[in-house]
Amino acid sequence: MSVWGVPLGEVWSLTLDHIYLAGLPLLIGLLLAIPLGWAALTRRWLYGPLIAGTGLLYTIPSLALFILLPGILGTQILDPVNVLVAMTLYTVALLTRTVADGLSSVPNHVRQAATAMGYSPLRRLVAVELPLAVPVISAGLRVAAVSNVSIVSVAALVGVSQLGTLFTDGFNRNAMGPIVLGVIASVTLAVLFDVLILGVTKVLTPWQTAGRSA
Amino acid sequence: MISLVGEWLTDPANWSGARGIWAQLVTHLQLSFLALFLAALIAVPLGLYIGHTGRGRVVVVNLAGGFRAVPSLGVLFIAVLLLLPRLSGEAAFVVPSVIVLVVLAIPPVLSGVYAGVQQVDPAARDAARGMGMTGGQVLTQVEIPCALPLIFSGLRSAMLQIIATATIAAVVGLGGLGRFLIDGQATRDYAEMAGGALLVAGLALTVDFVFGLAQRLVVSPGLARAE
Amino acid sequence: MIRFDGVTKRFEDGTVAVDDLSFEAPAGKITVLVGPSGCGKTTSLRMINRMIEPSEGSILIDGTDTGSLAPAELRRGIGYVIQHAGLFPHRTVLSNVMTVPSLLKWDKKRARDRALEVLELVGLGGDYAKRYPGQLSGGQQQRVGVARALAGDPSVMLMDEPFSAIDPVVREGLQDEFLKLQEALGTTIVMVTHDIDEAIKLGDRIAVLRQGGRLAQFSSPDDLLAHPADDFVASFVGRDRGYRALSFKTAEVPIHHEAPVRLGDRLGPGEEWRLVVDDAGAPLGWVHADEVTGPLSATDLQLGGTLATLGGSLRGYLDAALSSPSGRGVVVEGAELAGTVRPDEVLHVIQAAPRATGETILSPEEPA
Ligand SMILES: Nc1ncnc2c1ncn2[C@@H]1O[C@H](COP(=O)(O)OP(=O)(O)OP(=O)(O)O)[C@@H](O)[C@H]1O
Ligand SMILES: [Mg+2]
Repeated sequence: MSVWGVPLGEVWSLTLDHIYLAGLPLLIGLLLAIPLGWAALTRRWLYGPLIAGTGLLYTIPSLALFILLPGILGTQILDPVNVLVAMTLYTVALLTRTVADGLSSVPNHVRQAATAMGYSPLRRLVAVELPLAVPVISAGLRVAAVSNVSIVSVAALVGVSQLGTLFTDGFNRNAMGPIVLGVIASVTLAVLFDVLILGVTKVLTPWQTAGRSA
Repeated sequence: MISLVGEWLTDPANWSGARGIWAQLVTHLQLSFLALFLAALIAVPLGLYIGHTGRGRVVVVNLAGGFRAVPSLGVLFIAVLLLLPRLSGEAAFVVPSVIVLVVLAIPPVLSGVYAGVQQVDPAARDAARGMGMTGGQVLTQVEIPCALPLIFSGLRSAMLQIIATATIAAVVGLGGLGRFLIDGQATRDYAEMAGGALLVAGLALTVDFVFGLAQRLVVSPGLARAE
Repeated sequence: MIRFDGVTKRFEDGTVAVDDLSFEAPAGKITVLVGPSGCGKTTSLRMINRMIEPSEGSILIDGTDTGSLAPAELRRGIGYVIQHAGLFPHRTVLSNVMTVPSLLKWDKKRARDRALEVLELVGLGGDYAKRYPGQLSGGQQQRVGVARALAGDPSVMLMDEPFSAIDPVVREGLQDEFLKLQEALGTTIVMVTHDIDEAIKLGDRIAVLRQGGRLAQFSSPDDLLAHPADDFVASFVGRDRGYRALSFKTAEVPIHHEAPVRLGDRLGPGEEWRLVVDDAGAPLGWVHADEVTGPLSATDLQLGGTLATLGGSLRGYLDAALSSPSGRGVVVEGAELAGTVRPDEVLHVIQAAPRATGETILSPEEPA
């Protein structure tokens, strides 16, 4: 079986590669951005440098980063690790600021109440501030997810296979079918990531839905 | 490996000539500014109109979000395959690429301009009209100046998108710094690839920095604290 | 003079915000539109400078139908203070105030001088001109809003709740300054408020509107207090209106001679409470004879108590008498001590004064 000249099995395996390359950095990036964002917020002098630094990272075009990382990490140019690291960097760049903003959106009286009840700063972060910051962080995560999914396809140019491989294959064979299929698959994947994050957010923030019925 | 990259970057022979670094840098900049100019030509008036009237704002919001999901490489290939048979000579590479650059730059500019105008304090707008400003005066003296911070961030993210996509477009034959990344890979010359990648990164950072400076000069300090 | 002539506003959704409104705001005076929320005050005000077009009827300024003028031109001649100041955040205070002069194409220097002059008028002279609105307090922003409306030398000013965003203490002061300013400039002002006290304090004429945008009463403040047209106006004006009405009543009240003392004096035998005056004869405060040992010093003074003006309102006398620690209300003529009044005698005069509404003037809730 094949779709527009591409065997179904190949579409499936490229899709799995794509999910792995775009999704794993999202998780790692989020885990790194939380302490960074918290640090930026609690140590004011860190805020400027951290936000500016991560902002600079975000300006570096993806293809350039895919090519530079092997030189820095000592990996092979074809190694998917380069892509994973690059996407993680982008995610961290985008989310650090979001996490800082999200945490600072927690009302001060809530923070003070938690402190008054005897929470240590770390437990307060985990038990009170992070849950309340979920809506803001989730909005940032959705942006990161959608742009990760579309950026990863550029990695086809350095020979790392995922849905973007359909673009280069199609172009080399002068065939429109695989390219269009790749675009559709990639956009669909982005939408699925988006919906998944939305769903998880809903589950994590029951008070949001309870507050505004209708 | 790093010393090889350094050697490539410091070799004067690589900088001169019609295919040298200087020439490609100029090409890259020309293409990027041309694309940004064309995108702004379309998106700025449209964004001002939508922000001013509130008509069609659903389109803007969804457009900006939706376009992020579209893989630029795929769109680029589709444009080339569609247009290549109809064009000849250098235009065959340039025209499809520039079209894609423009199309991808429109959403960020549009949403920046729209959001900028839309967030102008309604009381300030009302006061402007109440003091006897005409519609055009309200737009040029109040709405646009107040929208500038967000207009700038729209232009900056559009420009980064353009520079990155123009780099990729070397694969379909477009000139610019992307040539070194793509040609280097074809000849398995990592020094050239990495040297080119450093140049591209440097270009993006520099252009963004210059835009940041321009923003500081143009945007009123009265708006800085609200940013 | 601004004349409303059968003005009705029906919005597209069918809401009738203003219904057949007719009244005349006299030239050089303050006319206040007052009424409950949603009764059409803002709509009425905004129809004057055609920010909203009337559906029926016409509005005339000095005999000219505003409908016959180009809106932008019309507005440049009318000062407009909107509720939340609506300053331009990207422009300095000076440049904000220069807006209308610039629109009127005054030359730069004249516009600038005028702007600095009106800023001075509203008490924001000097350094403030260079600031941005974001660097001002809410009250200061309101003042800039007033200055901006004044800058083009308008003969007419429209003000929509100009003092609402300001805390009560500062508001009192601003209102007083505003009254002085108005007296000096002689501008025709139409002002909106939902605060009946503000309306009575500032208005020469008051238009009370009721729900549905109909005029309930149009009269002077004392007339409004003394003769509310109907139950709606009566309840809107409030039950302590008798006390307010005293603001407009004058009558002869016996003034007693008061033998004052000065700082540095030693108290001889005499009354428990002595009034201290300065060298010019202006009252400084009361001292209690038992609490003073040596020569009188400023620390012995008990401040507080309002001063009544000789020949002023009954309310002024009553306030002075009730607020004095000695039970004797201080009356001044100019700044100088004229004598004191006794609370019982003031009340007696009030009781004897003709009462228009036939209600008790002092209800039990009255502050005493
Ligand atoms: N553009 C509009 N379209 C429809 N109805 C409107 C519009 N503007 C105002 N209204 C309605 O007209 C009525 C009068 O409104 P207006 O703003 O004049 O009231 P107001 O007396 O100033 O009230 P407030 O004290 O709350 O400011 C209200 O019922 C309001 O809902
Ligand atoms: Mg109102």
